Amino acid sequence: MRPLPTPSQTVGPFFHGGLLREGLNVLVRPQTVGERIRIEGVVTDGDGRPVSDAMVELWQANAHGRYHHPADRRPLPLDPTFTGFGRCGTDDAGRYWFETIRPGPVPADGQGMQAPHMNVAVFARGLLDHLTTRLYFEDDPAIHHDPVLQRVPAARRRTLLARRLPAEGRPVYRFDIVLQGPDETVFFEF
Amino acid sequence: MTTVTGRGRHATFPPYLYEAYRATVRRAPLGPLLPGPRTLSEVTGPGPAVSALTAEDSDLTRNAGTGGEAIGERIIVTGRVLDDEGNPVPHTLVEIWQANAAGRYRHRRDQHHAPLDPNFLGFGRCLTDAQGVYRFVTVRPGAYPWDNHENAWRPAHIHFSLLGPTWASRLVTQMFFPGDPLLEQDPIFNAVPTDDARERLIARYAHDVTEPAWALGFRFDIVLRGPEATPFEPPEAGAPWR
Repeated sequence: MRPLPTPSQTVGPFFHGGLLREGLNVLVRPQTVGERIRIEGVVTDGDGRPVSDAMVELWQANAHGRYHHPADRRPLPLDPTFTGFGRCGTDDAGRYWFETIRPGPVPADGQGMQAPHMNVAVFARGLLDHLTTRLYFEDDPAIHHDPVLQRVPAARRRTLLARRLPAEGRPVYRFDIVLQGPDETVFFEF
Repeated sequence: MTTVTGRGRHATFPPYLYEAYRATVRRAPLGPLLPGPRTLSEVTGPGPAVSALTAEDSDLTRNAGTGGEAIGERIIVTGRVLDDEGNPVPHTLVEIWQANAAGRYRHRRDQHHAPLDPNFLGFGRCLTDAQGVYRFVTVRPGAYPWDNHENAWRPAHIHFSLLGPTWASRLVTQMFFPGDPLLEQDPIFNAVPTDDARERLIARYAHDVTEPAWALGFRFDIVLRGPEATPFEPPEAGAPWR
């Protein structure tokens, strides 16, 4: 008999010591291959108020488009300095940020390639289960052919696009996460 | 009471909107969740990558680094992490956090009038072994009040976070203790939709885990969701909002 899954529960407001450590939101080291980028944003609730007890996790491929995972057996280079995983708590203004690299494209099952993207999970007090979404880059022409994005209702697609901010040096992308309301981020169900 | 189902096919996961737990009201998404894609991005995940980097730190009675021992009823909490076919999930990072024996977290936002224990941080982590087994030594956490409703108290619980083998199997949950009278008034526990599923959040007292003259033992097995293949289709018109 197949065992039944364990239900999820909220992280509550006191997860910081248990889940956060210095540097978990900096995915790169000096040797890491790839174009440095910064991701930043704000998590807000249905009243537009910042969520100051949220946690955001990232999962992404390396610069070659390869995941640091045994299920990705493609003959592309692994970067030992890059796991592709990041985690950041929000501050009192609901802000989070990551220093990472631009991911390479990864295949879509039998549908060519996906546009470079990051998988994003959101945890917070008041979320009885975490939420999952995807971050794409608004200035990447590949988004117009991405099979996942194309199947998201057109009016809501922009909630998955990180906006490039004017900045000196490395590119900075803003990706706000709206938990509820008219501009609610598209979340996926697994 | 709002009746919206949680994600997944099983009647297992709590809904996002559950009015009895007030914080969900303005944080639950109201638009339809889209069926998740199943690409290489979702069938991979951070578990195997980060696990190798994590030092073991599974004794919460001693990991404060003070040389002293935490105050409270010493307990061993162990169990297996399984996938939903019953296979053990080895090398999974299990992170836990909890209140101390007096019901207080070491956290700047916890203002509960209860003592802090200098020898107790309240968090630890370990990896599952080849058989999927994890094991922590800690103290039984205390109950504590919160402001969700009149005279609300959280039952004693330990928070668990698991970085399983895939992005889709990521899980954060809470472990409760058998026979706790506070369970019946706790909206977080009761948001789980069925008796059977709630039962899976309660550890069992395990006499074989108990160590004589030293610590009581509890067993808490955790089953991670597998790849329930949900076809990626646009939501139908009139599909229920959740």
